[in-house]
Amino acid sequence: MTAAVAAAKAAARLSRTLRTGGGTALPGLVAERLDPGIVPELAQKLGRGSVLVTGTNGKTTTSRLLTNIAVAAGLRPVANREGSNMMRGVAAALAEAANWAGELPNWIRRVGVFEVDEATMPIVERAVRPRAIVFTNLFRDQLDRYGEVDTVAALWREAVSGFGGEVTLVLNADDPAVASLQEAARGPVILFGMESVASAGTRPDHAADARWCPRCGEELDYKWLSYAHIGNWSCPGCGNSRTPPDIAGRVVQETPNGSQIEITTRSGVITATLPLSGLYNVYNAMAAAGGGLALGASVAEVEKGLAGFTAAFGRQERFQVAGRNVEIILAKNPAGLNQVLRTITADGGPMDIVFLLNDRIADGQDISWIWDVDLELLSGRLRSLTVSGTRAWDMALRLKYAGLSDAPAVEEDAARALRAAIDKTPGGGTLYVIPTYTAMLDVRNIVGRWAGKGSFWQRDGN
Amino acid sequence: LNIRLAHLYPRQMNIYGDRGNIICLRRRSALRDISLDVTELDIGDPFDAEAYDLVFIGGAQDQEQKRVADDLRVVKAKGLRTAAENNAVVLAVCGGYQLMGRYYREAGGTELPGLALLDIVTVHPGPDTRRFIGNVVAERDGETIVGFENHGGRTYLGKKADALARIVSGFGNNGKDGTEGAVYRNVFGTYLHGSLLPKNPRFADHLIGLALGRRFPGVQLRPLDDIVETSAHQEAVRLATKRKLIPFGG
Repeated sequence: MTAAVAAAKAAARLSRTLRTGGGTALPGLVAERLDPGIVPELAQKLGRGSVLVTGTNGKTTTSRLLTNIAVAAGLRPVANREGSNMMRGVAAALAEAANWAGELPNWIRRVGVFEVDEATMPIVERAVRPRAIVFTNLFRDQLDRYGEVDTVAALWREAVSGFGGEVTLVLNADDPAVASLQEAARGPVILFGMESVASAGTRPDHAADARWCPRCGEELDYKWLSYAHIGNWSCPGCGNSRTPPDIAGRVVQETPNGSQIEITTRSGVITATLPLSGLYNVYNAMAAAGGGLALGASVAEVEKGLAGFTAAFGRQERFQVAGRNVEIILAKNPAGLNQVLRTITADGGPMDIVFLLNDRIADGQDISWIWDVDLELLSGRLRSLTVSGTRAWDMALRLKYAGLSDAPAVEEDAARALRAAIDKTPGGGTLYVIPTYTAMLDVRNIVGRWAGKGSFWQRDGN
Repeated sequence: LNIRLAHLYPRQMNIYGDRGNIICLRRRSALRDISLDVTELDIGDPFDAEAYDLVFIGGAQDQEQKRVADDLRVVKAKGLRTAAENNAVVLAVCGGYQLMGRYYREAGGTELPGLALLDIVTVHPGPDTRRFIGNVVAERDGETIVGFENHGGRTYLGKKADALARIVSGFGNNGKDGTEGAVYRNVFGTYLHGSLLPKNPRFADHLIGLALGRRFPGVQLRPLDDIVETSAHQEAVRLATKRKLIPFGG
């Protein structure tokens, strides 16, 4: 194994020098190729075990929050880098944490925090043997890759029923597809959800995916909805309904730059100010709190971890460029983009936006999903609109049919599009940059360079 | 002027962005002072054969599709058949397209009977066969049609159905005979998402013309500024023919 660790470390250094993707995937691939046993072997040396974070949206932010909580609890987390959430990403993180002898220094305080791709979760679970798994939510995403939402739900159910009783499940009580996993669980379950949501409606919008009862298939009723199909659900058919959550969140106050939240748990109340806005981020904070409590962190440590948080890259990450605030918000599926649009339109005032739509493998090659997004929400709110990416014209077409502009400005090159959009944004104003996944990586580098910050692999290490 | 559109099972058959077809029909009609009156018909709602000029049905997950298939056969079959024979326009995409056929034979061999508005049959060749996924360019009357396909079932045309288009790039109905979609009278079935109509404005106008012509014959559709539509269309043609798609797990 030491040869595999050494090779992985060398590969990481090499790919960082060559700047191929921030050195995230290659070292893991090298280590795994040389020694497929590297993940189970190193993972069992983590003195405090590991937590996996999976789900369609919020994996990266939740993992980052959880890493913060672990640090606040005096632990030394080993975390995979964002976007590298298959087995090789976990292998790379473990190889990097190990020394040349294949041992983990300071192993007693080490804990794994791994964000894991939805479909890869069962394989990583078998290799890592985590103490807890956090499930954020389940939405339609990359249908060309994962197949149907039902396929992922069935895969999860099967995996969960095979877990041992020592695995704690941290589940979103408000997402019926996730919450129903508690029926298959053999170990402890921690449920998180909102206490209540004041302003939301009770009918899921057309982009909602899992509005059917996971038990009997009937259409669900909602007392209130947070967003998409996430809310206080019940089934008129079989009587199945949301279990009141163990970790219950409440938004005390929304501000343009974040939200003040209160999370009630069995062991006390956590208050925190998140530098992230939107209800979906309150869910991420609750998910991380659940993961932290499952690891044995105290309420005070969870609170401290949430308080010290800065945005994960590309997730409401803010930069100053030429006197403008440039805010990058990743959006890669209908539920995600709808939430982003609701969040940024929450305050009044004219907005400057640039959308970047790519259709590379990691984005999903089918861009049909943009037609399920409520882009009409931007009606009457735009000062300037720019579109970019490999499918810029498709986005322009969607925006045209949303009635936002008869001829949106199209610039397929990301750097030129960003420059044009910054020019159109008045000094002191905010430019919202909304990219799909691979576009976000490009944008993050370009804007990061302009803002004089380092590239992500220099800043985002652990 | 108005077009009465029935949107079948909008809450079940909605996962691939097919709603864009209705957004497109509404806008292109409105720009010609034609209102598009949309009635959403769910499971259990009857289908009045006289009430609609245009019927739309999209794609869904397998589970939803079964419930819909039952309702189509039991509740809506008679009305829909009568409407189709009276030249009502039907646009059926992917799962909806399969349901317009004679049957859908699942991987396990079970046959799900369809509406038989189109003389087609669809067979799923088994769980270990590859799904047909990717960008599609097809040709219809000398014009290209673009979209995105994602289906496991293979569809075969019978004698009474014509192909909607010929495949230029992609798989289409079954990956073998070069056909994409099917047509009978004004019933159009296709595998193409994208959404289909916004990027294929001529085909969208063709459907609007047929639907309008039933009650308002002789109305000419004013041409629209389609620069964005045409650019998106041409870009899709370029991407589909340039890039060799890498099938995932295939």
